[in-house]
Amino acid sequence: MKVSLFITCLSDAIYPRVGEAMARILARQGVKLDFPKVQTCCGQPAYNSGYWDEARKTARTILAAFRDSDFVVSPSGSCTYMVHHYEELFKDEPEALREARELRSKTYEFTQFLVQVLGVTDIGARFPHKVTYHPSCHGSRLLGVKEEPLELLRGVDGLQLVPLPFAEDCCGFGGTFAVKMADISGAMVTEKADHVKETEAEVLVGLDMACLMNIAGNLRRRGEPVRVLHLAELLEEGARVG
Amino acid sequence: MIKEQAKPAQPDTVRERAGLALNDEFLRQAVKFTTERLRSGKKAASEAHGHWDEWREQGRQIRLHTIAHLDYYLNLFADNARANGVQVHFASTAEEAVSLSLAIAESAGARSVVKSKSMVTEELHLNHALESIGVEAVETDLGEYIIQLAGETPSHIIIPAIHKNRYQIAELLSAEAGETLPPDTTILAGFVRRKLREKFLEADIGMTGCNFAIAETGSMVLFENEGNARMVSTVPKTQITLMGMERIIPSWEDLETMATLLPRSATGQRLTVYMSGITGPKRADDADGPEEMHLIILDNGRSNQLGDPEFQELLNCIRCGACLNACPVYRHIGGHAYGGTYSGPIGAVLTPALKSNVAEWDDIASASSLCGACYEACPVKIPLHDMLVSLRRRKVEAGRADALETLGMKGFGAVAGRAGLMGAALGAGRLGQRLVARGGEIRLRLGPLKGWNKYRVTPTLAKQPFRKRWSTLEQELTGELREMDPAVKNRLEELARRGGRKGGDSHG
Repeated sequence: MKVSLFITCLSDAIYPRVGEAMARILARQGVKLDFPKVQTCCGQPAYNSGYWDEARKTARTILAAFRDSDFVVSPSGSCTYMVHHYEELFKDEPEALREARELRSKTYEFTQFLVQVLGVTDIGARFPHKVTYHPSCHGSRLLGVKEEPLELLRGVDGLQLVPLPFAEDCCGFGGTFAVKMADISGAMVTEKADHVKETEAEVLVGLDMACLMNIAGNLRRRGEPVRVLHLAELLEEGARVG
Repeated sequence: MIKEQAKPAQPDTVRERAGLALNDEFLRQAVKFTTERLRSGKKAASEAHGHWDEWREQGRQIRLHTIAHLDYYLNLFADNARANGVQVHFASTAEEAVSLSLAIAESAGARSVVKSKSMVTEELHLNHALESIGVEAVETDLGEYIIQLAGETPSHIIIPAIHKNRYQIAELLSAEAGETLPPDTTILAGFVRRKLREKFLEADIGMTGCNFAIAETGSMVLFENEGNARMVSTVPKTQITLMGMERIIPSWEDLETMATLLPRSATGQRLTVYMSGITGPKRADDADGPEEMHLIILDNGRSNQLGDPEFQELLNCIRCGACLNACPVYRHIGGHAYGGTYSGPIGAVLTPALKSNVAEWDDIASASSLCGACYEACPVKIPLHDMLVSLRRRKVEAGRADALETLGMKGFGAVAGRAGLMGAALGAGRLGQRLVARGGEIRLRLGPLKGWNKYRVTPTLAKQPFRKRWSTLEQELTGELREMDPAVKNRLEELARRGGRKGGDSHG
């Protein structure tokens, strides 16, 4: 039984603590993670910008990395969903297409894997803080991960979950969109951070470090003290305390 | 003639046009206020109706079927309309549709035209064409009337004046009234009502759009809330209806599905205040109605989408505007920033597609974060977020992408195509960031970080990336590893044997 970690480039380079938290939580559920080092990026930046040749190049590293895995688990709904586009990228390459289909059916976003596959909603964590949750667009809207993170948050002892107004609205990240259309993206992230402030939550939690980096970056620039965490980090911190 | 104010010039790029909107606090507040009201209304109405996704799927299937057999249904519709006494005209271009309209106006000796809301006539800029031959064209939908007075174009498919607040509207109407009207919606609407009543009575031609054309009986169906479309289609002696060639649905039974989807998606209403079905001109025993009825069916780029696997579903659109109301980009920049007749997510795809210059059209497809709110809101499930990516890809394939971006993406492909190179690049990045990072943050506003850091601070690369951390972490984990619950283990092994689950997403 091989369960492999699809770390995503952002967590690899900037937020390794998210991968570490995932690995520790899964170890305590009896899952010994494997980490294939040939993986790089899912290819989404190139795919979304229309550079499909370049997207294919990086997507091949993912196909190769997880060829022998039984399960693939990722801390990002967006990168997990990107794997669903591989069938389109490789529609003219029968062998890669077969691998793309296999990869799609065995790849899970972190909370999907915990709740749907392992059947866990309470990892015995305690986190006595006021928390709000931002459901990232690709994870919730396209991948369909809606209830899993909420079930896990409800399973945390002492945690007070406050609803985020207009939670389903995009934070304005959108990859190269945030650079190309900086002012539109800036207006969107400012509005999102305003809603976070309205909740008076101490912690903002989510399932995608790209969106969280975006919102946290805006909160920091405005000097707001809200902590921004991936759900895996919150659960791991809570498990060590609880 | 309607007194129009001078039309402000629009800059060439989406970025510049969006910049104007982002600095217009009135516009942003007005658009935000109304789109929020509309989308929450839609949410409530669709939830109250129940089984919404099944209704959406049914609507999608009707549209897919009709468009797949559009030649058949279009002929059936035109034959039946002719049998009802309607004069049917086909226009392959906007110019042809304009000439046909002007010729009808001239042969009727028309001096004035009253119009109910029609996006197709906006596509043709028909009001200006009519005025150029001395025919007064008066918009009778309240929102359209307001933007006609302002000399502007609609900034929303169903709420044309969404970008204006009641104070701005009071100012426009006061100029028309020749007296100061208070910013009170009842008083303002009352003024327009009285004013338009005269226009209805003296008009020679009534001009309408068409929400749905029913093939089995050759009928046209209009949804509206103000009663103006009913006035336009009953009072004047001549009626001209303009419709896009894709407006067809096969039967009245199909209309039940569409009538369930359209008003709820558009305004959150269970049904609009008026829904009119028009089957031919006035008959001998009818009390009212036009004596002469013309129908102009417009192509103007629509047929180019037929057979295009990436864009054919665009023709399924029922013009409800739900994607605009759901779109976070539209909420901040309004409709005019999109630069075409149609705005929001549907406009960002439809405008370049109709013009068949998907590779050239500006940077309009870049103005999206691809969040998918449009797809989720769409009553016929058009995958607009995927279409936006297709537009971007076609632009790259045509060699029209920004040179710097292309260089960056080639570099990305080369580096991220090999784990060793990516590791090396991260190492170089960690050295480089020492120059600009302070306390784990980068605040510099230069180069690619200029726009990003205007609104945010950037985190630094980790001291040790995960791939370097792994070997020690793996050893630490052996101490934490617990025995897996046997039942869970069985489930995992069973799933692994089956090669995972099927599908695994909500994007059907």
